[in-house]
Amino acid sequence: MDSLSSPQIPTLPRLGEPAPVFEAETTHGRLSLEDFRGSWVILFSHPADFTPVCTTEFIELAKVAPRLREKGVELLGLSIDSIYSHLAWIETIKEKFGQEIPFPVIADGDRKVAQLYGMMMPAQSGTETSRCVFFIDPNGVVRAMIYYPLTTGRNVDEIVRVVEALQLTDEQKVATPANWRPGDKVIVPAPRTVEDVAARKSAGHDYVDWWFTMTDAKR
Amino acid sequence: MACINPDGTLSEVAKAVLAALRRPHRPEDLAATTGLPLYRIRATLRETGRARLVAERDGVYVLTELGEEALELDAA
Repeated sequence: MDSLSSPQIPTLPRLGEPAPVFEAETTHGRLSLEDFRGSWVILFSHPADFTPVCTTEFIELAKVAPRLREKGVELLGLSIDSIYSHLAWIETIKEKFGQEIPFPVIADGDRKVAQLYGMMMPAQSGTETSRCVFFIDPNGVVRAMIYYPLTTGRNVDEIVRVVEALQLTDEQKVATPANWRPGDKVIVPAPRTVEDVAARKSAGHDYVDWWFTMTDAKR
Repeated sequence: MACINPDGTLSEVAKAVLAALRRPHRPEDLAATTGLPLYRIRATLRETGRARLVAERDGVYVLTELGEEALELDAA
């Protein structure tokens, strides 16, 4: 079978590769991924407007949006609902829950962006996007992805934690251990030569073994 | 086109951006002047540029004659 007659199989973005580019209608006008260049972007999809789990997620994400923007991070939502549905839902969230939604939401009725990012999970729903989260760095590279099923609301603390860990990793060339929170000790990358293995013991870190040393993050 | 409403009027963001562009601006300065996020400024400049309401030279954006007319029509 040649490539022209092969069925199109949607592929997921891969970590470390450029995020698929798009231009789409949003509640903040027509936006392209390129418009966010220089900022971190958290692109996330939700199954449907006017549903309770998605509403709780939007409220919690809206609460952390100002803190994220201070860190150079922009939120960008997406579902296959129309612009008018998005606008009505956002107004309803403000009216019923007192929460403004400060971030744009893509109206992906033709599923173009959802297909690019592998947000559709046909075994779960043929018509709704799953709860996907993509962390895209200021250079437009996919750095992390999280997928949740339709029935499980996302942990917004974890979303914030992931972007904070990625930013720290970039700034200080360290790794973050399990359950790391800002202020916790970080992992020093393991040495790669025999001389550096020998030197590691006296490097002033919290030393368990040459391949397992931790230190305080720089402030 | 998102910067122009279906009835032909300018969107609120487009009006703010065009009005600010009566003085030349770089996108970053425009974001500071208008209080809008940089991504909205870039998107609005792209859209109003396609409509020939603004022009860019060496990274600096200015209002065109067509842009001035659009602002005046909108205010009328």
